Amino acid sequence: MKKRLLVYSAFIIVLYLIITLLMKIGIIDDYIKLNLFLIMLNIILAVSLNLINGITGQFSLGHAGFMAIGAYTTAVLTTLEKPVPFYLTVLIGGLFAMICGLIIGLPVLRLRGDYLAIATLGFGEIIRVIIQNIDYLGGASGISDIPQGIDWTGYFVITVLSVVVILNIINSSFGRAMIAIREDEIAAEAMGINTTLYKVLAFMIGAFFAGVAGSIYSGSFGFIQPDMFNFFKSIDILVIVVLGGLGSISGSIISAIVLTIISALLQDYPAVRMVLYSLILIIIMLFRPQGLMGTKEIRLSKLIPIGGEKNA
Amino acid sequence: MSTFIQQLINGITLGSVYALISLGYTMVYGIIKLINFAHGDIFMVGAYIAYLSVTYLKLGLIPSLIVSMGFCSILGMLIEKFAYKPLRNSPRISALITAIGVSLLLENLMQIIMGADSRVFPRLVAEKNYHLFQGRIVVNNKQIYLLIITVLLMIILNFVVKKTKIGKAMRAVSQDMDAARLMGINVDTTISYTFAIGSALAAAAGVLVGLYYNTINPLMGVLPGLKAFIAAVFGGIGIIPGAMLGGFSLGIIETLVSGYGSSMYKDAVAFALLILILIIKPSGLLGKNIKEKV
Repeated sequence: MKKRLLVYSAFIIVLYLIITLLMKIGIIDDYIKLNLFLIMLNIILAVSLNLINGITGQFSLGHAGFMAIGAYTTAVLTTLEKPVPFYLTVLIGGLFAMICGLIIGLPVLRLRGDYLAIATLGFGEIIRVIIQNIDYLGGASGISDIPQGIDWTGYFVITVLSVVVILNIINSSFGRAMIAIREDEIAAEAMGINTTLYKVLAFMIGAFFAGVAGSIYSGSFGFIQPDMFNFFKSIDILVIVVLGGLGSISGSIISAIVLTIISALLQDYPAVRMVLYSLILIIIMLFRPQGLMGTKEIRLSKLIPIGGEKNA
Repeated sequence: MSTFIQQLINGITLGSVYALISLGYTMVYGIIKLINFAHGDIFMVGAYIAYLSVTYLKLGLIPSLIVSMGFCSILGMLIEKFAYKPLRNSPRISALITAIGVSLLLENLMQIIMGADSRVFPRLVAEKNYHLFQGRIVVNNKQIYLLIITVLLMIILNFVVKKTKIGKAMRAVSQDMDAARLMGINVDTTISYTFAIGSALAAAAGVLVGLYYNTINPLMGVLPGLKAFIAAVFGGIGIIPGAMLGGFSLGIIETLVSGYGSSMYKDAVAFALLILILIIKPSGLLGKNIKEKV
């Protein structure tokens, strides 16, 4: 177990050092760096949505709404006369989104399947419409000149932390309960699992990380407007999760990387990108409904041969 | 009082559009339990087909309406055959994701083919305003057209569902698909017809909206589609009179909200209504409560 931890930490540190080095010598220019940020944002968003949709099996379509809450929290708090420190606003943004997740989750999670999807979609849109109607938040034109509070290191640390926290939740007894709910809600309830508690919990944790992603988005791109967080943004995240596999965290990470690169290559042709995305959704559902990875995970420890890993 | 009546008239006009679209939702949902996300985009395609047939074939209102309804019913059947039919025995979420995919596909293909910008829908009827009650209430002749065509289509639909063989088959399949199959009903054909009829109604709504607002664009189906779904749920999804009731109620509520409150909030109110109805009476206004089978 300890060895596995060591391998993972070593991998992460080496990855960090290599990319930092590449930045220093200029192989990774500003454009690539921007896309690197987008990849990490999408990883956080996809992994947190996967906790709700894939692990707990509660289909949510309102993730962009929670992202908006985080983004606006940071935008407001860092442009005050006495600005709040950036990383504190990330935490506040996440917590704020989490509270909204609780308020929304309690009534809505009584619904099932496609009704839940529509209700969460509705809530995502309600959040956006409310933000759009508050003059203090800039209305439809949004907030610009948000001070840059985050650099590559911050991004990397937050992304790694998010993934590690969510992985740990999945591998704990909480996660087992969530998976039980996904497999059969009625059976899980019969086995004494408090399904409401775990569903709301998964929803809140997912909302928290979506809020965090929104916060670092405002802190790095400096400009937000309500339309960035509409229904189509939620679909974007959903495509990543579905492609990677509902229930596979490593799948979400891989597909976040692949799809962000694809959409960067196609950024001049947004309609083509969306046609591609929609075809991905349809084809995946027709031929491999569980997504590319299904619920399987790629384990680093299996890729790197080390002794004593067999029992891990 | 006169403003209230004016708003009511505008609301009924908008509501008839919602009602037309939500009929398709409710019929499809009643039969295969699928939220056909692409339904709103068929509405959009319908508007574009009418636009093309008016601009290039120089057709009038009624012929272009028929062309567009015919085209969209074939489109609806094709979508069902290629995207939904293979998923009939999969989890409902897979079908929902596919429907979202089809919806995005239609929107973006249309953007590639016709461009992302709005287009002006040709004026098919000379505009005329009728002033009632010493001019305090204004009724547009387009509103009258819209209402007449909507009511006419609803009467035809009612006849088809109640009196014809295919309507009987539809009702039987929505009651119990397996039992219907055992009684010799061709379930696949029935589902195809359901999609055809639903899509034709959505196309008609698209043409009428183009006529009424004079402008169409590739994303015009997104919000009306979602709202028509809300209307269907509001009235009780799967129930045809419920869709009409829901459509008209939602249209009226929306115009009243924009008339007396802020038009910015009308979309939020629609969604709030959906969530409320789902929580308080999930089977809708006209629905009966059915326990979920284990």
